Amino acid sequence: MTDEATTDRRTLLKLAGLGLGVAAVPTAAAVAAQGEPAAAPPAAGGHDMAGMNHAAPVAGGEPRPGYVFLNPDEAAFVEAFVDTLIPEDELTAKGTDLGVAIFVDRQLYGGWGNGDRMYLQGPFLEGTPEQGYQLRLTPNQLVTAGIADVNDHVSATYAGNSFDTLEEADRIKVVTALESASIDLPTVPTRYFFNTLFQLVMDGFFADPIYGGNKGKASWKMLGYPGVGEMYADKIAEWRNRPYRVDEPLSIQDLM
Amino acid sequence: MATKLPPVDVVIVGSGWTGGIVAKELAPTGLKVVMFERGRPQDTTPDFSGPQAHDSLKYSRRLHMVQDLSQETITFRNSMDQVALPIRQHGFYWPGTNVGGSGAHWSGLTWRWLEWEHKMLSGTVAKYGKGIIPEDMNLQDWPLSYAELEPYYDKFEKVCGISGKAGNIKGKNVPGGNPFEAPRQNEYPTPPMTASHTMMLFEKATQNLGYHPFPVPTANCSEDYTNPDGITLGQCHYCGHCTAFGCEANAKASPHFLMLPLARKNPNFQLRTNSTVVKVNLSSDGKRATGVTYVDARGRELEQPADLVVLGAFVTGNVHLMLHSGIGKPYDPKTNTGVIGRNYAFQGGGGAFLLLDKNTFTNPFMGSGALGTWIDDFNGDNYDFAKAGYIGGGGISIGSNSGDPLTYHPTLPGAPRWGKGWKQAMVDAYHHVAGIGHQGAVMSYRQNYFDLDPTYRDAFGRPLLRLTFDWQPNETKIMTAHSAVCQEIAGEIMGRKPGGPGGPRAIGHFNSAPYQTTHNTGGVVFGDDPNTSALNKYCQSWDVPNVFVLGSCVFPQNAGRNPTGPVGALAYWTAEAITKKYLKRPGALV
Repeated sequence: MTDEATTDRRTLLKLAGLGLGVAAVPTAAAVAAQGEPAAAPPAAGGHDMAGMNHAAPVAGGEPRPGYVFLNPDEAAFVEAFVDTLIPEDELTAKGTDLGVAIFVDRQLYGGWGNGDRMYLQGPFLEGTPEQGYQLRLTPNQLVTAGIADVNDHVSATYAGNSFDTLEEADRIKVVTALESASIDLPTVPTRYFFNTLFQLVMDGFFADPIYGGNKGKASWKMLGYPGVGEMYADKIAEWRNRPYRVDEPLSIQDLM
Repeated sequence: MATKLPPVDVVIVGSGWTGGIVAKELAPTGLKVVMFERGRPQDTTPDFSGPQAHDSLKYSRRLHMVQDLSQETITFRNSMDQVALPIRQHGFYWPGTNVGGSGAHWSGLTWRWLEWEHKMLSGTVAKYGKGIIPEDMNLQDWPLSYAELEPYYDKFEKVCGISGKAGNIKGKNVPGGNPFEAPRQNEYPTPPMTASHTMMLFEKATQNLGYHPFPVPTANCSEDYTNPDGITLGQCHYCGHCTAFGCEANAKASPHFLMLPLARKNPNFQLRTNSTVVKVNLSSDGKRATGVTYVDARGRELEQPADLVVLGAFVTGNVHLMLHSGIGKPYDPKTNTGVIGRNYAFQGGGGAFLLLDKNTFTNPFMGSGALGTWIDDFNGDNYDFAKAGYIGGGGISIGSNSGDPLTYHPTLPGAPRWGKGWKQAMVDAYHHVAGIGHQGAVMSYRQNYFDLDPTYRDAFGRPLLRLTFDWQPNETKIMTAHSAVCQEIAGEIMGRKPGGPGGPRAIGHFNSAPYQTTHNTGGVVFGDDPNTSALNKYCQSWDVPNVFVLGSCVFPQNAGRNPTGPVGALAYWTAEAITKKYLKRPGALV
């Protein structure tokens, strides 16, 4: 639920040392975001979960969690969106297998999704970009309206298809166009929709698994992040310029 | 109509650093003191204990310890000809809520400001003449000198167990510290924290370039420490969950455990949480505060009469209460007259991206909120303003603060930010990149100010506070020059010419949407002249002498360093003025 700058800055703040009260540094990530989009991965088959109102099976053979907020069309969209951003490769399983779509569903259903700590009094005026988000939509209203907008766009452009039924290469094209805001959505500003859903998917990939995403601590293992239980007072000097790794990163659940 | 409660001696608005210090210092008097906190109760145990204390979605993303905007926010515009609109989602600053206020979720950099930073007007005029000051810049001196405040800085550092290395003890240069710092009476109470690898790279590079690196003074304690009040701080875990979090180790000095237990030794002290003070009430002639009106957890409006009112809310909260209560003349930017809302300032920033080779390992998750190495060579008045073409500088630093992937997953330059190739780019970057940042001073200007919004209201029916702010040429120059220095240092570390990603933050207008820093200043500034200040040197209202106002809202302009050091020192200074002078003879102290 942020504008484009926010997403990049947040990443950067930590990089620059937010703690130092030092501010945002434009990073390579930010620079990259303005550059060429990702090359299209090889086309895969159609999305087999389309239209089914339960999530993809998660790693480890657990029962499929159902969606509590998203309707079947929205769920299919979110699953396809998640797997377009987080495809399966040698580093991790695809996003839906990591619970990221369930994470998105739960976040939209909860207090944050309902804008519980936002200022939502009118009048609602457009404002300047420097004045930030000025819509009367809560995050879950923004996302569902945007999904409907994008599916309308896809239907008009790809002969009646919805986003989730597109071939992977076409899904990448649509997401790339959303990211650069070269599609103008009729109900919600494209940038707000894309950045909100993009940020949610990223959060689902990286947040502690207690929220339903990042199953098996996949992103933490991928990066070599030791988890939330470590203390480094006696390690920071010893491990200077040497890779500190653990076999199994610890999550909140692991430590309870 | 508000229900009127039995009167008390003192009302304190806010349970953060300033209110906490005053409550603690008042404890021996046994006066009836009521402290109001708009947020929830919270304490190290149980709120910051257990693995949930490191929940980065809850604290870094959902900002559990930051104010609830559905209740109170501000409106913002860049210039007077625009319509200000509300900050609807958390934006450029994160004001704390809940017990301890911003002092519970802060990072912990704890500075003494430079001597010049206490006398920016006279110090600048003496060196360069009046002509160097732009016409729209409201440069003003503090009403007290660094030397007068030094014992209070010393006290605050000892109470917090600040870890650092002195650079100047009683005028004598001390190796390893900041050679530019103002003279100190004493060394820091605890030694500097352990440096990370990237900090050592920064140290070496800046030394090679002829600069003077030193460890940032931190309120993340480097060792177990018992302060003069008998309270023990634990050693910092370097766990990387500091900024926006509470500290499970009590290593991060915070008012909820350093101040409130001592305030509670006064049997007549009471803390009322979930209670928002909406107004300071005045006598019919407007010359005396009669108490405050607040809304309690049930939504009842209650009137709490008191003889003395201390405002210790965040900058925006204090300015709002002053304007809404009608204490002091509101500032008018057209005539540059009036005082409440005057001299708002923020901070600038920017930096450079540091791309290290594959054999260099940063272990980014080992760190703390304030852990860093800094140079002051371009800060304060440590360089030639006439030559540089701007007034006021900034600090340049590297930090090892957090490697939590939720908020830290950088990629290599040119990499995609999703899809194929993105994950590998993150893996390649995570252990091998860093950032050099700068934090720049912002001077105060006629056109940057607070007043009340004509349209938008908060949950209590009050007009929102309205902020008008934009970058000015002086600050854009600072940020541009300092980004170049960051690039120079990055180039020195990487063994190649400076260049590449990075740059000043201020390109175009100030943008209120992305988080930048919580270091806001001004709006209720102190000074010697009631025409240009709201408060006298004891942070006492010129107009309503039984109202004291604390925090960085009293600073006439901002510096290139963090505000909590002088905020804490001034709270001790004011608390002493209240206990030793005001209570003996209530009335104007100047």
